[in-house]
Amino acid sequence: MLKIEKLVKTYKTGDKALKAVDMEVPRGQVVSLIGPSGAGKSTLIRCINRLVEPTSGKVWLGDVEISGLNAGALRRERRRMGMIFQEYALIERLTVMENVLSGRLGYVGFWRSFLRRYPQSDVNEAFRLLDRVGLLEMADKRADELSGGQRQRVGICRALIQNPALLLVDEPTASLDPKTSRQIMRLITELCAERKLAAIVNIHDVALAQMFVQRVIGLRFGAIEFDGLPTALTPEVLTAIYGEEDWQATIRKDGESGELSV
Amino acid sequence: MPVFPLGDDRLGWTRRTPVARLVRWAGWLIGVAAFVWCWNRISEVTTWFFVWDAPRIAQDILARATPPRWSYMDHLWVPIWDTLNIATLGTLIALCLAVPVAFLAARNTTPSRVFVRPVALLIIVSTRSINSLIWALLLIAIIGPGVFAGIIAIAIRSIGFCAKLLYEAIEEIDPAQVEAITATGASPLQVMSYGIVPQILPAFAGIAVFRWDINIRESTVLGLVGAGGIGLQLSSSLNTLAWPQVSLILIVILLAVIISEWVSAKIRGAIV
Repeated sequence: MLKIEKLVKTYKTGDKALKAVDMEVPRGQVVSLIGPSGAGKSTLIRCINRLVEPTSGKVWLGDVEISGLNAGALRRERRRMGMIFQEYALIERLTVMENVLSGRLGYVGFWRSFLRRYPQSDVNEAFRLLDRVGLLEMADKRADELSGGQRQRVGICRALIQNPALLLVDEPTASLDPKTSRQIMRLITELCAERKLAAIVNIHDVALAQMFVQRVIGLRFGAIEFDGLPTALTPEVLTAIYGEEDWQATIRKDGESGELSV
Repeated sequence: MPVFPLGDDRLGWTRRTPVARLVRWAGWLIGVAAFVWCWNRISEVTTWFFVWDAPRIAQDILARATPPRWSYMDHLWVPIWDTLNIATLGTLIALCLAVPVAFLAARNTTPSRVFVRPVALLIIVSTRSINSLIWALLLIAIIGPGVFAGIIAIAIRSIGFCAKLLYEAIEEIDPAQVEAITATGASPLQVMSYGIVPQILPAFAGIAVFRWDINIRESTVLGLVGAGGIGLQLSSSLNTLAWPQVSLILIVILLAVIISEWVSAKIRGAIV
């Protein structure tokens, strides 16, 4: 579904953020991308929808080569890639409903969006999604009145209303408390399963990643260091990704339930 | 360098090095000397007789100016209305022109940093650097005396001010929100209207009201050079030494400014 070939990103400063990364994500698979800060996780995600322009290499979404598209075609393909952000990146001064509907911007014309005259089908879908994430009664609240967990739910709705085939998720839980983090990760993985969505989830919390995803990719200095099942994350593997440290407390042990008390 | 050994194993610390101390002392000495010298020069070229005389003259004018000639108010309603219109219309025109200039000048929205941005900055600097009285003098020569010249003078003078504050607000927006809207596949215009405009709207409203408030004050003096408004009455009253009229006009201007400040404070409070 998503295929990345020899993806290279070198920033103007000379920093080699990505060095010939190859990876493939099939339909419906949730992959978590781990690695130290500066390993290129955010760059990799942003090179897929070209918020960051890759230096070289190819990105395929289905049959379409994203990396070769002109501006108009790129906008159309971006509709198929929903993005969820670390600090939610909601439009703070707009309402929850407006934020959710902004996920439809790629589908409606400028004047319709400017006058907030979205098609009724979009409004229906927005209400359905808000109901699904439990924020139905918040629809008319301004985004900056919401708590962190609620905002991230709105961010998820905004990504899903695009009707995407792929979710790009950048540190969804980094600003949230442990309980809310689990709830958000569970929501994302559940929604991906419901809709057969592929997802790439950047995450710092290794245990949290192990708890919810089917596959983990470890990135270090812009190159893939590990690619495998969450259960295969041994102290040696984490040392290879992050460097020397005592990993016993970080890794989720077999038999321990991740779904403890949420 | 301010850390130095004390001889034993302890370390001493002072805020500045000895050289830095000396330089600062020299700087103060030069400053004080320059002040004293300037004071002397000013004293030499001042006719002190007029200065000692000032309180008496001021008292005399005050005596002539009171009480204000209240009946003159009949002649002031139209000019003060003109003054308000000059300020309001001038501000509106300036805002319409300042918005595109600001977007062209802001580093994160300009189409070209090399070609377009310098032009936008030049517009901002050049309109800001010339006082509205001077703009009015120029415009009176070009389009003739009257309210219209005043409106255009206020508008031109305000473009740079509004555009500068607005482009600084644009440069300070949260880029993540712009990124998020871009990622949905929105067109550049939609990115602007969803990702940028909501973020700068409070700043825009604040700038508009602030500049309107300033423009009310500026437009009261535009009449001095013939660009319409209450300044025209002020200048003719001053020329004929009609002090009771002058005092009434000053009271009217004061009231207008107080009211405009009250209104702008209310509006700003309502927005932010």
